[in-house]
Amino acid sequence: METKNKTPFPILHSHLLSKSYGSVQALKNLSFEVNRGEIYGIIGPDGAGKTTLFRILTTLILADKGTAVVDGLDVVKDYKQIRDRIGYMPGKFSLYQDLTVEENLRFFASIYRTRIEENYYLIEEIYKQIEPFKNRRAGKLSGGMKQKLALSCALIHKPTILFLDEPTTGVDPISRKEFWDMLMRLKAQGITILVSTPYMDEATLCDRIALILDGEFMQVDTPQNIIAGYPETLWAVQTDHIPRLLKELRNNPLVHSAYSFGESIHVTFNKEWTPNGQLSGIDYPFEKIQPTVEDCFMLLSKK
Amino acid sequence: MNEFLSFIKKEFYHIFRDQRTILILLVMPVVQIILFGFAITTEVKNTQVALFDPSKDVATQYIKDKFQASEYFTIVEELTTPNQINEVFKYGKVGLVIVFSEDFADNLLHTGEAAIQLITDGTEPNQASMLTGYASGILSLYQQELMEQYHAPFQIVSEIRMLYNPQLKSAYNFVPGVMGMVLILICAMMTSIAIVREKEMGTMEVLLSSPLKPIYIILAKAVPYFSLSIFNLATILLLAVFVFNVPVAGNLFWLILLSLLFIFLALSLGLLISTLVDSQLAAMLISGMALMMPIMLLSGLVFPIESMPEILQWISAIVPARWYIEAVKKLMIQGVEVRYVTKEFLILAVMAVGLMLISLKNFKTRLN
Amino acid sequence: MENKVIYTENLTKKFGDFTAVDHISFSVNKSEVFGFLGANGAGKTTAMRMLCGLSHPTSGKGTVAGFDIFKQSEDVKKNIGYMSQKFSLYEDLKVWENLRLFGGIYGMKTKEIAEKTDRILHELGFEKERGTLVKSLPLGWKQKLSFSVSIFHEPKIVFLDEPTGGVDPVTRRQFWELIYDATDRGITVFVTTHYMDEAEYCDRVSIMVDGKIEALDSPKNLKNQYRTQNMYDVFYQIARKATRVEI
Repeated sequence: METKNKTPFPILHSHLLSKSYGSVQALKNLSFEVNRGEIYGIIGPDGAGKTTLFRILTTLILADKGTAVVDGLDVVKDYKQIRDRIGYMPGKFSLYQDLTVEENLRFFASIYRTRIEENYYLIEEIYKQIEPFKNRRAGKLSGGMKQKLALSCALIHKPTILFLDEPTTGVDPISRKEFWDMLMRLKAQGITILVSTPYMDEATLCDRIALILDGEFMQVDTPQNIIAGYPETLWAVQTDHIPRLLKELRNNPLVHSAYSFGESIHVTFNKEWTPNGQLSGIDYPFEKIQPTVEDCFMLLSKK
Repeated sequence: MNEFLSFIKKEFYHIFRDQRTILILLVMPVVQIILFGFAITTEVKNTQVALFDPSKDVATQYIKDKFQASEYFTIVEELTTPNQINEVFKYGKVGLVIVFSEDFADNLLHTGEAAIQLITDGTEPNQASMLTGYASGILSLYQQELMEQYHAPFQIVSEIRMLYNPQLKSAYNFVPGVMGMVLILICAMMTSIAIVREKEMGTMEVLLSSPLKPIYIILAKAVPYFSLSIFNLATILLLAVFVFNVPVAGNLFWLILLSLLFIFLALSLGLLISTLVDSQLAAMLISGMALMMPIMLLSGLVFPIESMPEILQWISAIVPARWYIEAVKKLMIQGVEVRYVTKEFLILAVMAVGLMLISLKNFKTRLN
Repeated sequence: MENKVIYTENLTKKFGDFTAVDHISFSVNKSEVFGFLGANGAGKTTAMRMLCGLSHPTSGKGTVAGFDIFKQSEDVKKNIGYMSQKFSLYEDLKVWENLRLFGGIYGMKTKEIAEKTDRILHELGFEKERGTLVKSLPLGWKQKLSFSVSIFHEPKIVFLDEPTGGVDPVTRRQFWELIYDATDRGITVFVTTHYMDEAEYCDRVSIMVDGKIEALDSPKNLKNQYRTQNMYDVFYQIARKATRVEI
């Protein structure tokens, strides 16, 4: 069958995936689809089940229940073929610290039965930044450079889908931005990317996201739709002394929720009231704002 | 195949870039041989001897003179009654008591047989068997002299333990032991650590998510240690022959073949350990506890198997090093023909194949 | 000087030819929340280790909690608290056992430990988790508990090294409320983070680039100075000037 249509075509889908470790249920009935060529984000804190999900999809562990298909192949039956086609970068730095940059890259190329030169165009932009240090041991690289090397190694065989488990955890904002720039360029090359992150601000860089907490998807959609679906009106207020105002707001019966967000506090009120009316003791300028994915996550997580 | 070769190359990088590993791999065998050879030598010199001689005849006098002349023994006390035996062990520094039977010379010359008791302190089994060994050596020399003199069979009935160590050198004993230990340690411990390290570092995750065949991971880990073990085997043999003057009495070919079989067995064992644990520390502890201890204690390296309680003798039967060490003793020191070690060969082969099968079955194509 | 819980002058640490921390001079006031920002490899960790008395400075001056970090590093250690994302609590001990252990380490009396344990568990709402093994707590709870443990002995200052990394958004905010409670009690807080919204919660922040402190002021003043709306842009403008190839 030929697929000539340009409608989204899932390269990965899972159906009711569940996994338990002893009495802890790590994943609860996860179903989702990733379309070819998109960046799909799994957004949630540590311990939410992101790594377990990634390991099931990369054929490293077996789910207790449910099915998953990657690039048309079943993760249980066809694990060997899947391993040929995917690229995987685990959360922990997983290269050989005692091998040099070039030796690592060459080794990973060889286990995928390819050579660096074959798909060099794909990693060129990333790799040329670390190439001056190609004779340095990987263990002696800085965090940002290790990350670039790990990404190069995961890409060297030109995978159809790239699994990145928390690639930006513990990374400073600048390196994070650089990393996302690289992902955007890879997307432009047609590589599908499934990425997990605890940083909510990275959610808007994805085409679609799943918000995960305690092994469950709370919501699955585009970031825009998730934000648009925020059911309440959100207000922001600025102050020089956040803790004091936060206490005042929380003690006010009209206030439904109040959370600090950088320099301001995001507030929702009980239905019958808007800041145009009187709020005793609070005479700060409230401004109506659009929620962020983090607001959405927090609201969902309270349910 | 290319991926397999580059994996092996990587393993060699790991080994040669870690100075501690290389130190353990190449220096440890040498140090062990030398330690056992010089420092912990179990050789005994000038052991004090007490004797009880109810016969007091030509033969017993002759034997006494032989003992006195030996560099190993000094006769310090003549007992008047056998009841004193316990006491001399308790209070004296006596290591050996010789008890002659009555009418020793008479019996020997007329019936061709006389009894002698060699009593040692069993709480030091190693030394005890060493001493009885030396003593028996002296007695058998005397026997031979008598036979040459009279052209008739004479037998001094005594307990002889170190039958195949006529020159009474302890190096003969420890060389096979150290070979067994070093090979097990390097192959089993280092291989298991090398595999588990990939798990601990997280690189196993990447390897398993790649198309690399899991069997390649195992084999590629085994190859460098296999070759290093052969190097070690050569070192030990050379040291044994040229430093401690232990000749290779038997067939070198079979000795090497036996050792290769044992190395293969040790690698399987290491592999099995690596499938059971997830941290290098655990791998080290298990190889230390489950391999080192039994080898030291149950393989006959330190304590002679014959003097163990029966239950321990049974347990020692499942310690592979025991069979290897026994076979090496026979092949290398006694110089027997290979057919006399068929049993050991077979046991080791069965163990090796069994372990390899279990560990291959145990090796997961996924994370645990 | 009385009010300066941390005071440094040209504090420097070299590793061979490499100057990890390059003549930094700053001070931190009592009860202040001081944000210590910088890109990976800018020298934050090295600077923090010196301030905690764990690493000997190459040159310069420095006092922490009134003690000289060159000569009185043992006194420094007794008067500070420390918490990082990596090491915090003993996972195989129960909640109360961890509290007792750390109280004991800092030489507190048994009775005092018992009283404080009750109070802290109450404040955190952890009464039910008293006998739970730490490893079965969710990450956010661990971090909150670990912070309480780090100030259990009422230190003058507590050092927090990326305390909220990977913590869920709600718990992250609860964590910051704990920080404010601590400053209300007079404890100074020295914190590193990669969350730029958290930089806004600090009274003052410093931004390290290539081993030097490039900027130090309140978030408000920094935003004015760099004409931006948020700390992310401030950080981005300053930290991207980094030129050095990291170790």
